This record gives sequence, C-alpha cells and structure tokens, in this order.
Amino acid sequence: MTLADLKRGQHGIITDVSSIHIPLKLLEMGCLPGNLVELVQVAPFADPMYLNINGTHLAIRKETAIHIIIETAHE
Amino acid sequence: MSKQINVALIGNPNTGKTSVFNALTGLNQKVGNYPGITVEKKEGICKLPRGVKAHIIDLPGTYSLNASSLDENVVIELLLNKTDKDYPDVAVVVSDVENLKRNLLLFTQIKDLKIPTILVINMADRMEYKGISLNIEHLEEQLKTKIALISTRKNKGIDKLKELIATHKELSIEPCLDASTIDKAYFDNLRKAFPNQLLYKLWLVITQDVNFGKTDRQTFDAVEDFKTKSKTDLKRLQQKETIKRYQFINETLKLGQTIDLKSAKDLRIKLDRILTHKVWGYLIFGVILLTIFQAIYDWSSIPMDFIDSSFASLSEWTKSNLPEGAFTNLLAEGIISGLGGIVIFIPQIAFLFLFISILEESGYMSRVVFLMDRIMRRFGLSGKSVVPLISGTACAIPAIMATRNIESWKERLITILVTPFTTCSARLPVYLIIIALVIPEGRILGLSYQALTLMLLYLIGFGAAVGSAWILNKILKIKSKSFFVVEMPNYKLPLFKNVALTVLEKTKAFVFGAGKIILAISIVLWFLASYGPGDDFNNAETIVTEQYASENLTEDELNQKIESHKLEHSFIGIAGHAIEPAIRPLGYDWKIGIAIVSSFAAREVFVGTLATIYSVGSDEEETIKNRMAGEVNPILGGPLFNFASGISLLLFYAFAMQCMSTLAIVKKETNSWKWPMYQLVIMSAFAYIVALIAYQVLK
Repeated sequence: MTLADLKRGQHGIITDVSSIHIPLKLLEMGCLPGNLVELVQVAPFADPMYLNINGTHLAIRKETAIHIIIETAHE
Repeated sequence: MSKQINVALIGNPNTGKTSVFNALTGLNQKVGNYPGITVEKKEGICKLPRGVKAHIIDLPGTYSLNASSLDENVVIELLLNKTDKDYPDVAVVVSDVENLKRNLLLFTQIKDLKIPTILVINMADRMEYKGISLNIEHLEEQLKTKIALISTRKNKGIDKLKELIATHKELSIEPCLDASTIDKAYFDNLRKAFPNQLLYKLWLVITQDVNFGKTDRQTFDAVEDFKTKSKTDLKRLQQKETIKRYQFINETLKLGQTIDLKSAKDLRIKLDRILTHKVWGYLIFGVILLTIFQAIYDWSSIPMDFIDSSFASLSEWTKSNLPEGAFTNLLAEGIISGLGGIVIFIPQIAFLFLFISILEESGYMSRVVFLMDRIMRRFGLSGKSVVPLISGTACAIPAIMATRNIESWKERLITILVTPFTTCSARLPVYLIIIALVIPEGRILGLSYQALTLMLLYLIGFGAAVGSAWILNKILKIKSKSFFVVEMPNYKLPLFKNVALTVLEKTKAFVFGAGKIILAISIVLWFLASYGPGDDFNNAETIVTEQYASENLTEDELNQKIESHKLEHSFIGIAGHAIEPAIRPLGYDWKIGIAIVSSFAAREVFVGTLATIYSVGSDEEETIKNRMAGEVNPILGGPLFNFASGISLLLFYAFAMQCMSTLAIVKKETNSWKWPMYQLVIMSAFAYIVALIAYQVLK
C-alpha cells in the first residue's frame, strides 16, 4: 500500500520511496525507508495530506504520496 | 585594536534563526539585497568578549546544501566562495531542540566544507515540556563541535554563544563523516581529477544546477576526461548520501538524546485538529481575516486624523512664519503637503505588517497553505501562493520575492503575474481617502460600512488575482513538475522583539522608499503647477480682474479666481487638459488625471499629488480630505468626488498596474521584460474599462 491509502490517525512504516518522483527535499526532511509516519490531518478531498514523519510535521500532495510505499504499523 | 570576524548564521526554517540574530545584534542591523539578485540580506554587528567585533550575516533558511531555490543558492554560493568578503570565519548552525535529528543533516554538510562550525541548539526552554534530555558532552565529541544550548525566548545561553564565537579558533574543522563512501570509485576518480579541491565542494558543484561563481565552474570544465554521471544516477547518489548522513545522526543521537514520550506534550496536534479542520479551519481563517481588516480600520483612525491635521498646521505655520517667496511656497505647498500624504498612512501600514508578521511568526501561515492548496490548485496556483497573496496586501515586492519557494515554475509564474492585483498598502491611502469621501458612516452588525467597503476591495483584488490565475492556467502552456512540500512548524507565541523589528524595518523601508519618490514628484508637480507658459499664466491677474470687473467680487473671491485661472494655465493644467477627454467618461477632472498619471510611478503618490495641486495658491489651513470634499465637478456641478466617480476611482486603482518597482521586480524574477509589460498593459486596460462601466452605470 502507499501513503495515500492511510486513513486519518493511522500509522505506517515507510518501506520504499520511488526516488524519481520524490523531491530530494522530502527525503532530507526524513521521508526515508524505515521511518514511522502518521497521517495527522487531511484537507478536503484527502489532499494535501498533513503527516508526521519521525517527528517532522509536513504536508505533501496526494500525487506525491502515491509514490511512497508503506506497510501499516500499530503504534 | 579590535579585529572583526565574519559569522554566518545558518539553519533550517522555523528554528528561530532570526531570533538568534536579533539577540546577537539588537538594533545594530541592516537589511539590504545581495548584489544583482533580490534576496534579502540581513547583517549586523555584535560585540564579543575580549574586544572582538563580529560581523554577522543571517543567511536564508535552508534544509540542506542541495539548493532548490534562489534563496538557498545564496547560502551555498557564500559557503563555496572563499574569496567572498563575507566568507565566514565561523559558521553558526542554529537548530531546534525538537527537530534536532533533521537539523543535524545541514550541520553535517557544513562540517564537510571544513568551516569552523558552532552548533546552537535553540528553544532549550521547550525540553522539559517535550521530555527531551541531551548529553551535550557526547554530542560535542561525536559532532566534533562546540554546542551552545540557548533559549532566545528566555534570553538564556546567548553569552555562551558569544564566548564560543570569540574563541572560534579552537574549533575543529574535521568532518563528521566520510560521505564519499557512497560511491568509492566515482569519488576516487573525482579526487584524482581535481587534487587541489575539497571533495565535498566538488560534489556540491556537480549536483547543483546553479552557477557557483566563475572560478569553480572553470576549474571544473577545464578537465575534459572527467565524465560526470547522468541526472538520475546523481539523484540516486544524493539519496544515498542523505541516508548515510541520517545513519550517522541516528547513531549519534542514540546516546546523545533521550526523549521520554510519556512526559512529552504536543499542543500542535491538538490545535491542528481544529485549525486545519475541514470546516472549522476555514471558518477560523475567515474570522481572522475579518478581524484584521476591522482592526486596521478602527485602530489607526485616531493617529491618522492627528497626523493629517498636524501636517495642515505645519504647512500653515511655515507659510506664516518664513519669509515670503518661492522657496517658502515650495516648502509649504510642495514638500510638506506631499510628505503629509505619505506619513499619514504609517499607522495603517504598521498595523498591516504587524498582523502579517504575527501570522508568520506563530506558524499559522503554514496551516493556511495546507488549507488552501487544493482550492488554489484549481486556479493554477499552489497553496504556497497564499503567502504571496496575503503578504501582497502589504507590498507586492516582498510578495513576489516570497514566491521563490513555490517548486513548480508554472505555478510560480502565475503567482508572480497575479500578485499585483492584491490590495497592497500603497493602494490603501487612495482607498481610505475616497472611502471617507463617498461612503456614508454607519454600522451594520457592528462593522462599519467603510470597513466593509475596504474589505470588499480586498476581496475584489483577491478575486481578480485568482480569476486571472485561472485564465493564465488555461492559456500558458508550460510543462513543469510540481512538488509540494511544506513544513508545519510548531505553534509559537510570537516574540515581541522579532515582530517589533519586522514592523519597524518594513515600515521604514516603505516610508523611505515611497517617500523619496513622493518627495521628488511633489517638487516637480509644484513647479509645473506654479509656473506656466504664455500670457494666460503670466498676466492672470489682469485678465481675471478685467473679466470680473463688472461683478463686484470681494478681494478674497477675486484672488481665488486668479489662482484657479493660473493653475488651469500652468504647465500641469495644460497637460491635465490634454488628457481630460480620455478620463472624463470615468468621471474624473484633469486634476485627478494628473494624479493618476503620476501614480504610475507609485500608487501612493495619488493623495500627495492631489494635496500638492489643491494646496497651490490656497491660503487656508485645510486637511487633504476637506480640500477634496470641497472640489466641484466643473461640468455637472456638485461634488467632484461623489458615489459614482468615487467607485470608479476605487475600481481603477484596484486593477491598474501602477508601480514601477513591482514591474522591475517582476522583470528580475522572470528574467524578461515580456511579463511585466503584459502586466502593465493588460491590467491597466482592464482597470480603465471597469472604471468606465462603473461610472456610466452609477452616475
């Protein structure tokens, strides 16, 4: 599943990021394999998505989120 | 003898870097631009122990040394160019204790450049609240640096930082980790090709799309047999490098930092449940905007009335106390009236900057970006366009500069093109005086009609921006990848010092920037209005006296006739009459015409121009507003500024592109004259048509 499939309040662990579609800046902010991610809030139509990745709070668009592969995690 | 050392403040956005800068320099700071580009350059002086003086530069915030914007380029360009006069003797990396892990990424990169580096861990007052404890000794050892744990909010640790800067010679310049292991063969090759260069520096030059100053590029191009990698390969390597750095940082923090999640509290998540909520979020944003406009209106009316009457008395005092002559007239009628037209708007502009800087400082602005992104995208804009559009209500120039963090070029270009539609503070003087003249006083639901009209004008400006963005999105055929990453920083109570300094500095820039233009234009206008060619002007007295000889006028009435005859036949009167046919259908007379033409230099000239034109030859002590209210329409009779012509003027100023500085900045940011010229012609033509329709319908 991808990050875009998460529901509000759910957690996941990033397993893979498709590097061509993901800006380096996002990786530098901590969006890397192995890190825990939580979907904090979504705007209307689930886009953009407000995430907490490893303590960094940031928002990305759905079009970016579909390139981040995760597996579900239970905190 | 005191020696001055160069200190560069570097750090992620939202780490309180500017607070550290303010704590170090206080009022000893100035804001300028980097030569050739419009990135703001903040520098200041700080006195250190042992009589050392430090020249401190506050570099733009960046997440890493891999630049993705012009602002970030500034950081890298300075750090790579040893010959730059600002090249730091010591780099101070400012980090936020809550985001230490991410902040350290930039730190390790700077260490790789072998610059003596101090690590500042800011917001130490938040540690207990967040359940964080640090092993400073371990961190200093692993990161090969000295650490200053400070709190700008509680004003703690600043002296320690000063001490560390003063003793910067003792800092280690050894890198924290060896990044070249991500591709050993490639980096060995690189080292062989450029034996005299720092490896990490070469790597940065290779991976960046920016121009790092001639010397670096030339040395790089000189070696032909060195083959660089494809873009995709380089990006993969950069990704590897990032992972490697994080591995090192995680390893370091394992012993250096403990976080007790049980005792950690998170206000941010709780607040964001409401502030970014699908319904409440938008509602609260609306209420905040409404409150701001009402406040700007209500709070500034008293100081404004005071300034208006003070300048009128000053002008009067000058006339009656200085010896009569051309210079006194120039001073009283040209300069003082013109300056009064700008000083009067200081209260409102200061309040506007106050609110904008509070929104930015508190972290709320990022939430607005989040809330608005989806909506803005429908119009070809980005959520990040909201920041320029909101700060455009202060001034389009910093607003257009603020578009730089929009990742997609198309979204950015559209934002640049439509931002001048937002109601900038230069329009405010025009709006306020016209509203005061033509909109009745009175209140509905506690909001005054006048404040509502102003709010409506802001909405019209915003609507025009969004509407034209929608059209541009359909017309412009630009393909560009759009990335959207925005940090949602912790909410912070804005620091009074930071807000006050921003308000002071921006207001000052506005007043002096606009003041210069207004002063110059006022003087020119005064000359044009006080002198004229031919008999009609020079023999005005004889002509008028003969004309009215049979009518038994009092001396005062006669003098007034003479003055208005003179004005009509002065240089400015002749020019005004020449353009009158074009503006009469909009409900304006030639005096307003002159004010509009001079407004193309800068909008705020409008009121000053009218003040100058109206005060030429007038003996009475009068405020600008009263003078305008007393103007009579030469053809229809009745007040010149009535509802129809007032609305027409408001709409003209809402849409017309009347600001040379904005055109210049658009040229710089888009690198072509094409876009600013489109703006000038299309916006002004649209303004003319709308104003024409409004007047013809309402009259």
